[in-house]
Amino acid sequence: MIPLTVLLLAAFLLGVITLWKRRSPGSLRQIPAFTTLARAVGLSIEDGKRLHISLGHGGLFDGRGGSALAGLALLRNVAERTSVSDMPSVATAGDPTLGLLTQDTLQAGYQAAGVEDAYVHTMGRVTGLTPFSYAAGTMPIPQNENISTNILLGHFGPEAGLLAEASERAATTLIGATEDIAGQSVLFAGAQEPLIGEELFAAGAYLNSDPAHEASLSAQDLFRWLIILGLLAGSAAKFMGVF
Amino acid sequence: MRVITAVIAIAFGVLVLLGYFLPQELFPNAAGLQAVLLDWAVILAAAAALIGVFNLFSVHTEKIRRRKKDGIYSALLVMGLIAAFTLGLFLKPQHILMQSILLEGIIIPVEASLMGLLAVSLLYAAVRLLRRRADLMGVAFIATAALIFLGSITLPFGDLPLFGTLIRPWVSQVWALGGARGILIGVGLGALLTGLRVLFGMDRPYGGK
Repeated sequence: MIPLTVLLLAAFLLGVITLWKRRSPGSLRQIPAFTTLARAVGLSIEDGKRLHISLGHGGLFDGRGGSALAGLALLRNVAERTSVSDMPSVATAGDPTLGLLTQDTLQAGYQAAGVEDAYVHTMGRVTGLTPFSYAAGTMPIPQNENISTNILLGHFGPEAGLLAEASERAATTLIGATEDIAGQSVLFAGAQEPLIGEELFAAGAYLNSDPAHEASLSAQDLFRWLIILGLLAGSAAKFMGVF
Repeated sequence: MRVITAVIAIAFGVLVLLGYFLPQELFPNAAGLQAVLLDWAVILAAAAALIGVFNLFSVHTEKIRRRKKDGIYSALLVMGLIAAFTLGLFLKPQHILMQSILLEGIIIPVEASLMGLLAVSLLYAAVRLLRRRADLMGVAFIATAALIFLGSITLPFGDLPLFGTLIRPWVSQVWALGGARGILIGVGLGALLTGLRVLFGMDRPYGGK
Protein backbone atom coordinates (compact mmCIF):
# COMPACT_ATOMS: atom_id res chain seq x y z
CA MET A 1 0.00 0.00 0.00
CA ILE A 2 2.82 2.44 0.88
CA PRO A 3 4.65 2.00 -2.48
CA LEU A 4 1.41 2.59 -4.43
CA THR A 5 0.65 5.69 -2.33
CA VAL A 6 4.16 7.07 -2.93
CA LEU A 7 3.85 6.37 -6.66
CA LEU A 8 0.43 8.02 -6.99
CA LEU A 9 1.52 11.01 -4.90
CA ALA A 10 4.67 11.40 -7.02
CA ALA A 11 2.64 11.23 -10.24
CA PHE A 12 0.12 13.77 -8.90
CA LEU A 13 2.84 16.17 -7.74
CA LEU A 14 4.72 15.86 -11.03
CA GLY A 15 1.58 16.69 -13.03
CA VAL A 16 0.43 19.59 -10.85
CA ILE A 17 3.86 21.19 -10.46
CA THR A 18 4.56 20.86 -14.20
CA LEU A 19 1.41 22.87 -14.94
CA TRP A 20 2.40 25.43 -12.32
CA LYS A 21 5.99 25.71 -13.64
CA ARG A 22 4.69 26.34 -17.17
CA ARG A 23 3.09 29.53 -15.89
CA SER A 24 5.82 30.66 -13.50
CA PRO A 25 9.26 29.10 -14.05
CA GLY A 26 11.35 28.94 -10.88
CA SER A 27 15.03 29.61 -10.29
CA LEU A 28 17.58 26.91 -9.52
CA ARG A 29 20.51 27.04 -7.11
CA GLN A 30 23.92 27.18 -8.75
CA ILE A 31 25.73 23.84 -9.18
CA PRO A 32 29.32 24.38 -10.45
CA ALA A 33 29.33 21.16 -12.50
CA PHE A 34 26.34 22.29 -14.58
CA THR A 35 27.83 25.77 -15.07
CA THR A 36 31.00 24.08 -16.38
CA LEU A 37 28.92 21.76 -18.54
CA ALA A 38 26.94 24.61 -20.14
CA ARG A 39 30.22 26.43 -20.84
CA ALA A 40 31.83 23.27 -22.22
CA VAL A 41 29.02 22.77 -24.73
CA GLY A 42 29.52 26.28 -26.11
CA LEU A 43 33.31 26.14 -26.06
CA SER A 44 33.48 22.76 -27.80
CA ILE A 45 31.82 24.24 -30.89
CA GLU A 46 34.16 27.27 -30.89
CA ASP A 47 37.32 25.23 -30.24
CA GLY A 48 36.50 22.57 -32.81
CA LYS A 49 36.63 19.83 -30.19
CA ARG A 50 34.26 17.07 -29.24
CA LEU A 51 32.28 16.26 -26.11
CA HIS A 52 32.28 12.67 -24.94
CA ILE A 53 29.15 11.58 -23.07
CA SER A 54 29.56 8.27 -21.30
CA LEU A 55 26.30 6.71 -20.11
CA GLY A 56 27.73 3.84 -18.05
CA HIS A 57 26.69 0.21 -18.05
CA GLY A 58 23.35 0.37 -16.27
CA GLY A 59 20.66 -1.69 -17.99
CA LEU A 60 17.06 -0.59 -18.32
CA PHE A 61 15.62 -3.71 -16.68
CA ASP A 62 16.80 -3.09 -13.12
CA GLY A 63 17.16 -0.35 -10.53
CA ARG A 64 20.07 1.24 -12.39
CA GLY A 65 17.80 2.28 -15.26
CA GLY A 66 16.96 5.63 -13.65
CA SER A 67 20.50 6.95 -13.99
CA ALA A 68 20.66 5.71 -17.60
CA LEU A 69 17.46 7.61 -18.42
CA ALA A 70 18.88 10.76 -16.78
CA GLY A 71 22.00 10.37 -18.95
CA LEU A 72 19.85 10.01 -22.07
CA ALA A 73 17.96 13.23 -21.22
CA LEU A 74 21.29 15.06 -21.04
CA LEU A 75 22.53 13.41 -24.25
CA ARG A 76 19.42 14.53 -26.13
CA ASN A 77 20.11 18.14 -25.17
CA VAL A 78 23.85 18.04 -25.89
CA ALA A 79 23.32 16.25 -29.24
CA GLU A 80 20.93 18.93 -30.44
CA ARG A 81 23.23 21.76 -29.41
CA THR A 82 26.47 20.30 -30.80
CA SER A 83 25.05 18.70 -33.97
CA VAL A 84 26.05 21.70 -36.09
CA SER A 85 29.68 21.46 -34.95
CA ASP A 86 32.44 20.18 -37.24
CA MET A 87 33.38 17.81 -34.43
CA PRO A 88 30.12 16.29 -33.21
CA SER A 89 29.75 14.69 -29.79
CA VAL A 90 30.48 11.02 -29.20
CA ALA A 91 28.42 8.88 -26.80
CA THR A 92 29.37 5.51 -25.32
CA ALA A 93 27.35 2.89 -23.44
CA GLY A 94 28.22 -0.38 -21.74
CA ASP A 95 24.86 -2.06 -22.14
CA PRO A 96 23.35 -3.12 -25.48
CA THR A 97 19.82 -1.80 -24.87
CA LEU A 98 21.27 1.47 -23.61
CA GLY A 99 23.50 1.51 -26.71
CA LEU A 100 20.44 1.33 -28.96
CA LEU A 101 18.74 4.15 -27.07
CA THR A 102 21.97 6.17 -27.25
CA GLN A 103 21.89 6.00 -31.05
CA ASP A 104 18.18 6.78 -31.16
CA THR A 105 18.61 9.76 -28.81
CA LEU A 106 21.54 11.14 -30.80
CA GLN A 107 19.54 10.81 -34.00
CA ALA A 108 16.57 12.57 -32.36
CA GLY A 109 18.86 15.46 -31.38
CA TYR A 110 20.08 15.76 -34.97
CA GLN A 111 16.51 15.64 -36.29
CA ALA A 112 15.44 18.36 -33.88
CA ALA A 113 18.34 20.54 -35.03
CA GLY A 114 17.34 19.95 -38.67
CA VAL A 115 20.63 18.28 -39.63
CA GLU A 116 19.58 14.63 -39.69
CA ASP A 117 21.88 13.94 -42.66
CA ALA A 118 24.92 14.77 -40.51
CA TYR A 119 24.13 11.91 -38.12
CA VAL A 120 26.50 8.93 -38.35
CA HIS A 121 25.60 5.76 -36.46
CA THR A 122 29.15 5.33 -35.07
CA MET A 123 28.70 8.46 -32.93
CA GLY A 124 26.79 6.25 -30.48
CA ARG A 125 28.87 3.25 -29.48
CA VAL A 126 28.75 0.18 -27.31
CA THR A 127 32.35 -0.11 -26.08
CA GLY A 128 32.11 -3.18 -23.84
CA LEU A 129 29.57 -5.37 -22.12
CA THR A 130 31.12 -5.80 -18.66
CA PRO A 131 32.15 -2.93 -16.31
CA PHE A 132 35.88 -3.31 -16.91
CA SER A 133 35.65 -4.09 -20.63
CA TYR A 134 33.47 -1.00 -20.96
CA ALA A 135 36.09 1.07 -19.13
CA ALA A 136 38.89 -0.43 -21.24
CA GLY A 137 36.97 0.28 -24.47
CA THR A 138 36.18 3.86 -23.42
CA MET A 139 39.61 4.85 -22.05
CA PRO A 140 41.26 5.57 -25.46
CA ILE A 141 38.49 7.97 -26.56
CA PRO A 142 39.63 11.10 -24.62
CA GLN A 143 43.17 10.65 -25.97
CA ASN A 144 42.40 9.76 -29.59
CA GLU A 145 39.27 11.65 -30.58
CA ASN A 146 40.05 15.32 -29.88
CA ILE A 147 37.86 15.52 -26.79
CA SER A 148 37.58 18.70 -24.69
CA THR A 149 35.19 17.49 -21.97
CA ASN A 150 34.20 14.04 -20.73
CA ILE A 151 30.77 13.75 -19.16
CA LEU A 152 30.18 10.54 -17.20
CA LEU A 153 26.49 10.36 -16.36
CA GLY A 154 24.92 6.99 -15.63
CA HIS A 155 25.77 3.85 -13.69
CA PHE A 156 29.49 3.53 -12.90
CA GLY A 157 31.16 1.49 -10.18
CA PRO A 158 34.79 1.80 -9.05
CA GLU A 159 35.94 1.35 -12.67
CA ALA A 160 35.09 5.05 -13.08
CA GLY A 161 38.58 5.58 -11.60
CA LEU A 162 40.12 4.25 -14.83
CA LEU A 163 38.02 6.63 -16.92
CA ALA A 164 38.98 9.53 -14.64
CA GLU A 165 42.64 8.61 -15.04
CA ALA A 166 42.30 8.45 -18.85
CA SER A 167 40.61 11.86 -18.84
CA GLU A 168 43.38 13.34 -16.68
CA ARG A 169 46.08 11.97 -19.00
CA ALA A 170 44.37 13.55 -22.01
CA ALA A 171 44.14 16.88 -20.12
CA THR A 172 40.36 17.04 -20.58
CA THR A 173 37.73 18.29 -18.14
CA LEU A 174 35.77 15.55 -16.39
CA ILE A 175 32.22 15.97 -15.10
CA GLY A 176 31.07 12.83 -13.30
CA ALA A 177 27.85 11.58 -11.74
CA THR A 178 26.59 8.14 -10.83
CA GLU A 179 23.97 6.67 -8.49
CA ASP A 180 26.39 4.01 -7.22
CA ILE A 181 27.92 4.87 -3.83
CA ALA A 182 31.37 3.39 -4.60
CA GLY A 183 31.38 5.09 -8.01
CA GLN A 184 30.45 8.42 -6.42
CA SER A 185 33.37 8.30 -4.00
CA VAL A 186 35.75 7.45 -6.86
CA LEU A 187 34.39 10.29 -8.99
CA PHE A 188 34.54 12.71 -6.06
CA ALA A 189 38.28 12.09 -5.95
CA GLY A 190 38.88 11.79 -9.70
CA ALA A 191 36.57 14.31 -11.40
CA GLN A 192 37.13 18.06 -11.63
CA GLU A 193 33.39 18.58 -11.26
CA PRO A 194 31.64 15.75 -9.39
CA LEU A 195 27.89 15.64 -8.84
CA ILE A 196 26.68 14.11 -5.58
CA GLY A 197 23.61 11.92 -5.10
CA GLU A 198 20.41 13.14 -6.72
CA GLU A 199 22.19 16.00 -8.55
CA LEU A 200 22.63 13.37 -11.27
CA PHE A 201 18.92 13.67 -12.05
CA ALA A 202 18.97 17.48 -12.26
CA ALA A 203 20.95 17.70 -15.53
CA GLY A 204 17.83 18.06 -17.71
CA ALA A 205 16.44 20.92 -15.59
CA TYR A 206 19.72 22.84 -15.62
CA LEU A 207 20.40 22.50 -19.36
CA ASN A 208 16.86 22.54 -20.68
CA SER A 209 14.80 24.81 -18.38
CA ASP A 210 11.96 22.42 -19.14
CA PRO A 211 8.90 22.68 -16.80
CA ALA A 212 8.67 18.87 -16.40
CA HIS A 213 12.32 18.63 -15.32
CA GLU A 214 11.96 21.56 -12.92
CA ALA A 215 8.75 20.02 -11.56
CA SER A 216 10.47 16.72 -10.85
CA LEU A 217 13.14 18.61 -8.83
CA SER A 218 10.43 20.38 -6.81
CA ALA A 219 8.60 17.08 -6.24
CA GLN A 220 11.87 15.50 -5.04
CA ASP A 221 12.32 18.40 -2.59
CA LEU A 222 8.79 17.94 -1.25
CA PHE A 223 9.37 14.21 -0.77
CA ARG A 224 12.66 14.92 0.96
CA TRP A 225 10.91 17.21 3.45
CA LEU A 226 8.26 14.55 4.06
CA ILE A 227 10.98 11.96 4.74
CA ILE A 228 12.84 14.35 7.09
CA LEU A 229 9.60 15.01 9.01
CA GLY A 230 8.89 11.26 9.11
CA LEU A 231 12.38 10.52 10.44
CA LEU A 232 12.12 13.23 13.11
CA ALA A 233 8.62 12.10 14.13
CA GLY A 234 9.77 8.46 14.28
CA SER A 235 12.79 9.38 16.39
CA ALA A 236 10.64 11.46 18.76
CA ALA A 237 8.09 8.63 19.04
CA LYS A 238 10.85 6.12 19.79
CA PHE A 239 12.36 8.50 22.35
CA MET A 240 9.01 8.87 24.09
CA GLY A 241 8.52 5.10 24.11
CA VAL A 242 5.54 5.01 21.73
CA PHE A 243 7.13 1.96 20.00
CA MET B 1 5.28 7.47 -36.22
CA ARG B 2 6.68 9.08 -33.08
CA VAL B 3 3.16 9.32 -31.60
CA ILE B 4 2.67 5.59 -32.17
CA THR B 5 5.99 4.71 -30.53
CA ALA B 6 5.17 6.95 -27.57
CA VAL B 7 1.69 5.41 -27.16
CA ILE B 8 3.12 1.86 -27.32
CA ALA B 9 5.90 2.67 -24.82
CA ILE B 10 3.56 4.42 -22.36
CA ALA B 11 0.86 1.71 -22.60
CA PHE B 12 3.35 -1.13 -22.02
CA GLY B 13 5.04 0.78 -19.20
CA VAL B 14 1.70 1.32 -17.42
CA LEU B 15 0.72 -2.36 -17.89
CA VAL B 16 4.02 -3.57 -16.37
CA LEU B 17 3.70 -1.11 -13.49
CA LEU B 18 0.10 -2.15 -12.77
CA GLY B 19 1.25 -5.77 -12.57
CA TYR B 20 3.15 -4.87 -9.39
CA PHE B 21 0.26 -3.15 -7.63
CA LEU B 22 -3.06 -4.66 -8.70
CA PRO B 23 -4.35 -7.29 -6.23
CA GLN B 24 -4.11 -10.83 -7.59
CA GLU B 25 -7.63 -11.75 -6.37
CA LEU B 26 -9.35 -8.95 -8.29
CA PHE B 27 -7.11 -8.95 -11.39
CA PRO B 28 -5.84 -12.53 -11.83
CA ASN B 29 -4.40 -11.86 -15.31
CA ALA B 30 -2.39 -8.74 -14.43
CA ALA B 31 0.70 -10.56 -13.11
CA GLY B 32 0.61 -13.01 -16.05
CA LEU B 33 0.44 -10.18 -18.57
CA GLN B 34 3.32 -8.45 -16.81
CA ALA B 35 5.40 -11.64 -16.98
CA VAL B 36 4.68 -12.02 -20.71
CA LEU B 37 5.69 -8.40 -21.41
CA LEU B 38 8.89 -8.78 -19.39
CA ASP B 39 9.70 -12.00 -21.31
CA TRP B 40 9.33 -10.05 -24.56
CA ALA B 41 11.64 -7.38 -23.16
CA VAL B 42 14.25 -10.03 -22.33
CA ILE B 43 14.10 -11.38 -25.90
CA LEU B 44 14.47 -7.84 -27.28
CA ALA B 45 17.44 -7.27 -24.92
CA ALA B 46 19.12 -10.41 -26.28
CA ALA B 47 18.65 -9.11 -29.83
CA ALA B 48 20.01 -5.74 -28.67
CA ALA B 49 23.13 -7.53 -27.36
CA LEU B 50 23.82 -8.86 -30.86
CA ILE B 51 23.30 -5.40 -32.34
CA GLY B 52 25.63 -3.98 -29.66
CA VAL B 53 28.36 -6.44 -30.63
CA PHE B 54 27.83 -5.58 -34.30
CA ASN B 55 28.14 -1.88 -33.40
CA LEU B 56 31.43 -2.58 -31.60
CA PHE B 57 32.62 -4.52 -34.65
CA SER B 58 31.66 -1.79 -37.14
CA VAL B 59 33.27 1.01 -35.07
CA HIS B 60 36.59 -0.84 -34.92
CA THR B 61 36.60 -2.02 -38.56
CA GLU B 62 36.01 1.63 -39.52
CA LYS B 63 39.04 2.62 -37.42
CA ILE B 64 41.16 0.00 -39.20
CA ARG B 65 39.88 1.06 -42.62
CA ARG B 66 40.70 4.72 -41.97
CA ARG B 67 44.13 3.77 -40.53
CA LYS B 68 43.41 5.73 -37.37
CA LYS B 69 45.83 6.04 -34.48
CA ASP B 70 46.05 2.83 -32.40
CA GLY B 71 44.33 0.91 -35.20
CA ILE B 72 46.42 -2.13 -34.29
CA TYR B 73 44.40 -2.52 -31.09
CA SER B 74 41.19 -2.34 -33.10
CA ALA B 75 42.56 -5.09 -35.36
CA LEU B 76 43.34 -7.23 -32.31
CA LEU B 77 39.84 -6.63 -30.95
CA VAL B 78 38.19 -7.59 -34.25
CA MET B 79 40.29 -10.76 -34.56
CA GLY B 80 39.52 -11.71 -30.95
CA LEU B 81 35.83 -11.03 -31.47
CA ILE B 82 35.64 -13.18 -34.59
CA ALA B 83 37.65 -16.00 -32.96
CA ALA B 84 35.55 -16.00 -29.76
CA PHE B 85 32.27 -15.77 -31.68
CA THR B 86 33.17 -18.60 -34.07
CA LEU B 87 34.53 -20.88 -31.33
CA GLY B 88 31.50 -20.17 -29.14
CA LEU B 89 29.15 -20.94 -32.01
CA PHE B 90 30.70 -24.34 -32.77
CA LEU B 91 31.96 -25.49 -29.35
CA LYS B 92 29.28 -23.81 -27.14
CA PRO B 93 30.28 -21.49 -24.26
CA GLN B 94 30.41 -24.33 -21.67
CA HIS B 95 33.13 -26.23 -23.60
CA ILE B 96 36.34 -26.82 -21.61
CA LEU B 97 38.41 -24.99 -24.23
CA MET B 98 36.20 -21.90 -24.02
CA GLN B 99 36.24 -21.95 -20.22
CA SER B 100 39.96 -22.61 -19.71
CA ILE B 101 41.46 -20.50 -22.50
CA LEU B 102 39.04 -17.64 -23.16
CA LEU B 103 37.52 -17.18 -19.72
CA GLU B 104 40.17 -18.29 -17.22
CA GLY B 105 43.18 -17.63 -19.48
CA ILE B 106 42.29 -14.24 -20.97
CA ILE B 107 39.14 -12.50 -19.66
CA ILE B 108 39.60 -13.03 -15.89
CA PRO B 109 43.37 -12.19 -15.82
CA VAL B 110 42.82 -9.06 -17.95
CA GLU B 111 40.00 -7.85 -15.68
CA ALA B 112 42.10 -8.66 -12.59
CA SER B 113 45.01 -6.62 -13.97
CA LEU B 114 42.64 -3.71 -14.65
CA MET B 115 41.49 -4.02 -11.02
CA GLY B 116 45.16 -3.78 -9.93
CA LEU B 117 45.64 -0.74 -12.15
CA LEU B 118 42.54 0.78 -10.56
CA ALA B 119 44.10 0.57 -7.07
CA VAL B 120 47.07 2.65 -8.27
CA SER B 121 44.76 5.08 -10.10
CA LEU B 122 42.70 5.63 -6.94
CA LEU B 123 45.76 6.37 -4.86
CA TYR B 124 46.90 8.88 -7.46
CA ALA B 125 43.39 10.39 -7.58
CA ALA B 126 43.45 10.90 -3.80
CA VAL B 127 46.73 12.82 -4.08
CA ARG B 128 45.34 14.89 -6.97
CA LEU B 129 42.20 15.67 -4.96
CA LEU B 130 44.15 17.64 -2.37
CA ARG B 131 45.93 19.56 -5.13
CA ARG B 132 42.67 20.32 -6.97
CA ARG B 133 40.19 20.88 -4.12
CA ALA B 134 41.94 21.58 -0.84
CA ASP B 135 38.63 22.59 0.79
CA LEU B 136 36.80 21.18 3.81
CA MET B 137 35.09 18.40 1.82
CA GLY B 138 38.34 17.29 0.18
CA VAL B 139 40.20 17.16 3.49
CA ALA B 140 37.28 15.32 5.18
CA PHE B 141 37.25 12.78 2.33
CA ILE B 142 40.98 12.04 2.63
CA ALA B 143 40.89 11.99 6.45
CA THR B 144 37.97 9.53 6.47
CA ALA B 145 39.71 7.24 3.96
CA ALA B 146 42.91 7.38 6.05
CA LEU B 147 41.02 6.50 9.26
CA ILE B 148 39.34 3.51 7.61
CA PHE B 149 42.70 2.31 6.23
CA LEU B 150 44.41 2.68 9.61
CA GLY B 151 41.62 0.65 11.19
CA SER B 152 41.88 -2.09 8.56
CA ILE B 153 45.61 -2.70 8.12
CA THR B 154 47.61 -5.27 10.01
CA LEU B 155 51.05 -4.00 11.03
CA PRO B 156 54.07 -6.16 12.03
CA PHE B 157 53.58 -5.16 15.67
CA GLY B 158 49.81 -5.83 15.59
CA ASP B 159 46.72 -3.67 15.09
CA LEU B 160 46.71 -0.01 16.04
CA PRO B 161 44.90 0.42 19.36
CA LEU B 162 41.40 1.98 19.14
CA PHE B 163 41.46 2.34 15.33
CA GLY B 164 40.19 -1.17 14.48
CA THR B 165 37.88 -1.59 17.44
CA LEU B 166 36.39 1.88 17.97
CA ILE B 167 37.19 4.53 15.38
CA ARG B 168 36.74 2.51 12.16
CA PRO B 169 33.36 0.99 13.15
CA TRP B 170 32.17 4.40 14.40
CA VAL B 171 33.16 6.17 11.18
CA SER B 172 31.90 3.47 8.81
CA GLN B 173 28.74 2.38 10.66
CA VAL B 174 27.54 5.78 11.90
CA TRP B 175 28.85 8.62 9.72
CA ALA B 176 29.46 6.85 6.41
CA LEU B 177 26.37 4.63 6.61
CA GLY B 178 24.14 7.58 7.55
CA GLY B 179 25.52 9.63 4.66
CA ALA B 180 25.16 6.72 2.23
CA ARG B 181 21.51 6.20 3.25
CA GLY B 182 20.80 9.90 2.71
CA ILE B 183 22.39 9.78 -0.74
CA LEU B 184 20.49 6.59 -1.64
CA ILE B 185 17.15 8.12 -0.58
CA GLY B 186 17.89 11.10 -2.85
CA VAL B 187 18.90 8.80 -5.71
CA GLY B 188 15.75 6.71 -5.22
CA LEU B 189 13.53 9.79 -5.41
CA GLY B 190 15.39 11.03 -8.49
CA ALA B 191 15.02 7.65 -10.22
CA LEU B 192 11.29 7.52 -9.33
CA LEU B 193 10.57 10.95 -10.82
CA THR B 194 12.74 10.30 -13.89
CA GLY B 195 10.89 7.03 -14.50
CA LEU B 196 7.54 8.78 -14.18
CA ARG B 197 8.63 11.47 -16.67
CA VAL B 198 9.43 8.74 -19.20
CA LEU B 199 6.20 6.90 -18.41
CA PHE B 200 4.13 10.04 -19.01
CA GLY B 201 5.98 10.75 -22.26
CA MET B 202 7.54 13.99 -20.92
CA ASP B 203 10.98 12.52 -21.67
CA ARG B 204 11.21 10.27 -24.71
CA PRO B 205 14.52 8.48 -25.15
CA TYR B 206 13.08 6.69 -28.19
CA GLY B 207 11.39 7.24 -31.52
CA GLY B 208 12.68 10.45 -33.08
CA LYS B 209 12.08 14.14 -32.27
